Amino acid sequence: MLTIIQQVVFVLLAGFSIWFFIKNMKRIRRNIFLGKKEELNDDKPTRWRNVLLLAMGQKKMFKKPLVAVMHFIIYAGFIIINIEILEIILDGITGQHRMFAPFLGGFYTFLINCFEILAALVLIVCVVFLIRRNILKIPRLVTGQLSMGWPKMDGNLILILEIILMGLFLKMNAADTVLQAMDAPHYTQAGPFVVSSLLTGFFESFSMNTLIFFERTFWWLHIIGIFFFMNYLYYSKHLHIILAFPNAFYSRLTSMGQMTNMTAIQNEIKYMMQPELAPTAEAAQTEPQRFGAKDATDLSWKSLLDAYACTECGRCTDACPANQTGKKLSPRKIMMDTRDRIQVIGENIDKNGEFVDDGKTLLNDYITVEELRACTTCNACVEECPVSIEPLSIINELRRYLVMEESNSPTEWNLMFGNIENNMAPWKFSPDDRDAWAND
Amino acid sequence: MTEMLGLMINLKEDKTMDVKRINPSKAPEILFWVGCAGSFDQRAQKITKAFVEILNAVDLDYAILGKEEMCTGDPARRSGNEFLFQMMAYNNIQTLNMYNIKKIVTTCPHCFNTIKNEYPELGGEYEVIHHTTLLQELINEGKIKMSEGGAFKGKKITYHDSCYLGRANDIYEAPRKVLETLDADLVELKRCRANGLCCGAGGAQMFKEEEKGDKGVNIERTEEALATGATTIAANCPFCITMLGDGVKNSDKEDSVQVKDIAEIINESMEK
Repeated sequence: MLTIIQQVVFVLLAGFSIWFFIKNMKRIRRNIFLGKKEELNDDKPTRWRNVLLLAMGQKKMFKKPLVAVMHFIIYAGFIIINIEILEIILDGITGQHRMFAPFLGGFYTFLINCFEILAALVLIVCVVFLIRRNILKIPRLVTGQLSMGWPKMDGNLILILEIILMGLFLKMNAADTVLQAMDAPHYTQAGPFVVSSLLTGFFESFSMNTLIFFERTFWWLHIIGIFFFMNYLYYSKHLHIILAFPNAFYSRLTSMGQMTNMTAIQNEIKYMMQPELAPTAEAAQTEPQRFGAKDATDLSWKSLLDAYACTECGRCTDACPANQTGKKLSPRKIMMDTRDRIQVIGENIDKNGEFVDDGKTLLNDYITVEELRACTTCNACVEECPVSIEPLSIINELRRYLVMEESNSPTEWNLMFGNIENNMAPWKFSPDDRDAWAND
Repeated sequence: MTEMLGLMINLKEDKTMDVKRINPSKAPEILFWVGCAGSFDQRAQKITKAFVEILNAVDLDYAILGKEEMCTGDPARRSGNEFLFQMMAYNNIQTLNMYNIKKIVTTCPHCFNTIKNEYPELGGEYEVIHHTTLLQELINEGKIKMSEGGAFKGKKITYHDSCYLGRANDIYEAPRKVLETLDADLVELKRCRANGLCCGAGGAQMFKEEEKGDKGVNIERTEEALATGATTIAANCPFCITMLGDGVKNSDKEDSVQVKDIAEIINESMEK
């Protein structure tokens, strides 16, 4: 089917695509591990269960059943159609055509028919999703960060790309079917194909050579499209198709209400109260550390993985009580800002060999104090996220920095702190009156 | 004169609650952690008293820490002040361990969450239950029985899930089970259980002005509760009760709609 030159071109193209993809994935991995250490590797059975239920089973998506079914079609289609990509790649390397067909016989026809039905369904769902974004304008898909610029375009581009890929796959099969009927050389009898046979009408009037040209063009465009899509992921919000899996595995297993403990401060208080326990001066020499997070690298690596896994669906922001009552806070924006920031830091390192201060930080330059102050720590965003992202962890860490490193808190909070410290209650009452209610 | 004084003392004693206080020589079966709101906030004190009345009625071996109780540190931690949180946690854990406390019940889901989930890694390990869970247990054991023709029979009640009992700790059933025993007409809010909307007080918002926006979170939530047509909004958290109470007043509905803690509702409805 392919000439030697074409085979070489194919191998080079595939090799380059895979190399470039791996290079970018390594960058993401490096960026994620710029975050602080956090052990999230215990209780493996529960973690695998989460991968199975949350990532593979998309359990949380089913809160909105209709969207969940449509999303599941794209997801299943994506995974299953990849089996066909395997054949296409092997065909490309070896220069054969439909090399699995002779081995699988009737089962091959069955498989291709499954792929075709899925491809058609994926195509339809992508059109519906485009309608939801651009005509129905579902609020969470068009407001805030998604109202303009790259995030808006990105969402549409992915859908359009998938429509093009599925279209090419079906048209390729349609031209192939006509060629099979003509007994064209190399075109293995593998049909009939249910969906593409509906499209054969477009191709029947062409000569065999023209058809072969069409079929080859669709084949090349399809596989080039796949390679493009793979490498587009790095620049897109669409990384969740990969990162949802590790994100489910490493999601925190503790109760949602439990904030991460700051051992350094815990020890400081302990040594203050029980000085006999304090380590000697030499033993106590530790790196001075920042309390809470000012920049993205002060966050746990899991928060950075969260940021890359976010597909900007906006369920978190939709459920956020602050956002729903008109405050500036949007958990989705927190995630997008974190990703943007760690990306900038990564590029800075790529360019300079190490991070060179750019005069910016996640706090203030990306996320403002007003946003952070609006959070009620209600965990609605965490509960909503289908891929186990915790915007609240980032908010909490930034708040810790504000209060402990900058003493930046509203006057009322300072009063509350003073009351807790002096009166053991957030209000100005005498601790002696704590049980006065019993005497009223 | 002495007679009068005696009368006054008598009067005062009549009004004084019969509360069991911690006995250094014998740990109670269960410690009632009152919390700052329950101790100082006038509205929340009523919840505390109602709960104590229930505890007395079922003759439970409980006690309160009294003046030795301190803020758990929840609002400090959630606003970012880990130092203050750790300080409060340290002191509270010292006190609780000193009295050899094994089990704690609390009427505040914030205290509940902090003691249950955040104290263990700091050295404070106790069995902690929220008062709605205890009430359900007491009902199941037959220790609490609803009186005939209870005050809420046939009345429309809606239940507001607090974030720290619900999402944070997955307790959705116990409060509902308790309310079901009232023979009332229970209606769910549009956003309930894991989808429940915050009252607006969490994350130390209770102690500051809300950020600029279109509307108060408590107003949004109260409107949703009022839309159910319920005449009683039941809650499980002193802060939610303040927020929703303010919301009801804001809608000028305080004469027709009451916001009550589940302990108050049960205290009014049980046989004693």
